[in-house]
Amino acid sequence: MQGWIPLVPDSASTFSWKVDALYFYLSGVTLFFALLISVVLIFFVIRYRRRTPYEIPRPIAGSHKLETLWTIIPFIIAMTMFGWGARIYFEQYKPPQNAMEIYVVAKQWMWKLQHATGQREINELHVPVGRKIKLIMTTEDVIHDFFIPAFRTKADVVPGKYTTLWFEATKPGTYHLFCAEYCGMNHSGMTGSVVVMEPRDFDNWLSGNTGSTTPAAAGQQLFQTLGCASCHGANGEGGRGPTLAGLFGRQTPLEGGQSIRADEAYIRESIINPQAKIVAGFGPIMPTFQGQVTEDQLVQLVAFIKSLPGGTTTGTPNASASPAPTPAPSPSASGSPTRNIK
Amino acid sequence: MQPIESFETPRPPKVNYINAQYGLKSWLLTKDHKRIALLYLGSITFFFFIGGIYAMMIRLELLTPQGDLLQSTTYNKVFTQHGIIMIFFFLIPSIPATLGNFLIPMMIGAKDLAFPRINLLSWYVYLLGGIVTIYALLAGGVDTGWTFYTPFSTTFSNSYVVAAGLGIFINGFSSILTGLNFIVTIHTMRAPGMTWFRMPLFIWAHYATSLIMILGTPVIAITILLLAFERVARVGIFDPALGGDPILFQHLFWFYSHPAVYIMILPSMGVISELIANFSRKNIFGYSFVAFSSLAIAVFGFLVWGHHLFVTSQSVYAGMIFSFLSFAVAIPSAIKVFNWTATLYKSSISYDTPMLYALGFIGLFTVGGMTGLFLASLAVDVHLSDTYFVVAHFHYIMVGGALMGYLGGLHYWWPKITGRMYPEGWGRFSALVIFVGFNLTFLPQFVAGYLGMPRRYHAYPPEFQVFNVLSTAGASILGFGMLIPAIYFVWSMRYGKHAEANPWHLPGLEWRTQSPPPTENFEVTPIVTWDAYEFAPREETEVIGKFGPELEHI
Repeated sequence: MQGWIPLVPDSASTFSWKVDALYFYLSGVTLFFALLISVVLIFFVIRYRRRTPYEIPRPIAGSHKLETLWTIIPFIIAMTMFGWGARIYFEQYKPPQNAMEIYVVAKQWMWKLQHATGQREINELHVPVGRKIKLIMTTEDVIHDFFIPAFRTKADVVPGKYTTLWFEATKPGTYHLFCAEYCGMNHSGMTGSVVVMEPRDFDNWLSGNTGSTTPAAAGQQLFQTLGCASCHGANGEGGRGPTLAGLFGRQTPLEGGQSIRADEAYIRESIINPQAKIVAGFGPIMPTFQGQVTEDQLVQLVAFIKSLPGGTTTGTPNASASPAPTPAPSPSASGSPTRNIK
Repeated sequence: MQPIESFETPRPPKVNYINAQYGLKSWLLTKDHKRIALLYLGSITFFFFIGGIYAMMIRLELLTPQGDLLQSTTYNKVFTQHGIIMIFFFLIPSIPATLGNFLIPMMIGAKDLAFPRINLLSWYVYLLGGIVTIYALLAGGVDTGWTFYTPFSTTFSNSYVVAAGLGIFINGFSSILTGLNFIVTIHTMRAPGMTWFRMPLFIWAHYATSLIMILGTPVIAITILLLAFERVARVGIFDPALGGDPILFQHLFWFYSHPAVYIMILPSMGVISELIANFSRKNIFGYSFVAFSSLAIAVFGFLVWGHHLFVTSQSVYAGMIFSFLSFAVAIPSAIKVFNWTATLYKSSISYDTPMLYALGFIGLFTVGGMTGLFLASLAVDVHLSDTYFVVAHFHYIMVGGALMGYLGGLHYWWPKITGRMYPEGWGRFSALVIFVGFNLTFLPQFVAGYLGMPRRYHAYPPEFQVFNVLSTAGASILGFGMLIPAIYFVWSMRYGKHAEANPWHLPGLEWRTQSPPPTENFEVTPIVTWDAYEFAPREETEVIGKFGPELEHI
């Protein structure tokens, strides 16, 4: 757990040393001021101890110059910390475009992960060194938090939306994965590990785990069985419902004149709560699928819609080339989406 | 200004507020702010010991990495209840309802608070809130964390969430009533000559605290109502399955609960200003800066709640603004620390127990405040949020700050409150034990936190054990240290040396009447012609170094 510097965890991502550097700066400033105050305090307490019971020291006037000094200097130091912290934060929470995407569905008390190539993992995540990884995360129940101390990053996983977390691992090894947001009875058991591998080992691992359907292919199956195709077209070419092919990442005009960039959260919302944002030119005729699809299935549908090629061509999604016609039985696909409501 | 030495040593007064009337009824129906302060003192001490027992259960469980002493469900309830009891039923009322209640009228030369009946009502409301909460604990407990995050609290928890929430809801009104009473009292009841800038800084701190109490507490009341509404009636407010937004809850919750941190620490800062000035016989350096920094903290404290949401997928730009404001709110606290330290320059420092607590406070609060900057700093907070670093940080503020101030103040005013002295030797000894025990408990948690140990974990990876063993050892020392004052305070009420009217030889108004004071506080309403902490004539004022020569007069 501990890295080469004592009292600091292992450094295994591109964020690690950046966060550590700021942490050392903060620690240095803290140590400096704590020592300064302590030394001055101890010196005064000894030097100006009461020598006779009735001595009265002369009063001292305040000093606006000193007050200004010890307002401005701490403020300037604070602003350096603020600027430095904000710069890294923007990096941490602005995922890059070309990242490898992995879907994460959390539930009390486990992590379910699925690679874009279809491999599923539970409480364990394999990633290669040196590639940008983006996690697209949601939860079936309460708020969780995906925390990898060695990567110096974490993000809440919030029900009803997708949150993202990205990182680039720098050192092979096995690292702790913690749930960092209290989530009930077995919160401290909702842990796992992130296995960082050399790219070649990772490719081997990936090819050794074939036989699973990609999320996009599973999504295509669902698209048919749920009847989405009857309005949106078998390949998302549109019909009574808006065109889905090429939708992802594009600005979509809405009824009422606004427009929205179609991201994962928008697609998810349009399935669960179709009336929330109506595409311009269409009526509010789509029924809600809330309660009919699990979070895993939603992820698959989103993956399918994302995989649809843009333009007017109605080509098949690249993922459907996979020869697995039967949807992989996901751990929760059979489970009912009802909650343990008290 | 009369010279302090001229104070006579009165005999133990025949009639005072304690023996003015006898019988349980005379206490339960009292409208005397001093008696109500004692009612509060008894009740918050009771809750403090319950919260303390929970703390010891947590520390014992964490002695080993496996969850072996308590079941996880029990452990979750224990840390939740530790938080609820300590925050809502001890820390928030601690200094204002006891020392504040007792001293605000005395320090400004009033006979009582502006609304004595409301003052008594606030204690009964507090008691009712406490009884409802204890019912929730006995009926089966609550396991949501004191933060009650949704949708766990509204949909998934099978514990007594609504009952515990109701207890906190009721208790909030007691806070509001106390705050209202203090504000009106400070505005309207000051003795002739007691101008705003002659008021002790303890009063300024309570004024700022009261503003937060009346402006912030209604928000937590509303939030708890909404939570109960969703949990009971399944109306979608926070649970996305019902069409709600779970993060909305966190915004509402922290809109109160972050300012609530200042409800806990500001009164303590007020106590420390009194202790530093009076035990060094020196006027506070930069009086008006210390006074206004309390108001600045109260105002800015309302604008920083979003720093609890840096990892919740809040917009990065919102995060940036909240980070900036969080750094800004640290500055008034820094100003206080510098001014307290500067006050000691060329002063006459006594080593009495209250001063030991004050010096300990400055050190611990500096560490607590500076580690707050780690959490205000966005990128570092991403790593540290929900780890033991956060736990260590807020305990440095809440225990190292608020509790040290409370204990220091209790020792300082004990002779005035009870008419008896506490045993000085034991006082110093326990202050030292508490200081050592506290640091041993919480310093290792900073390290465990940066190494990644998440909070609210019932079991943890074995590499964190060394820090937890240190913590538990420290907590045992701390717990032992807390028992010593509990024993000698009770002992001193009967066997302590009789206290003079002014045992510390101080100029403050509360020392210009007998100990314990008569029911109406002063035999004649005092006329104030001196500044706070005016130990020597103003003409003797020295200007230090090349700084100055501005006098602190506004």
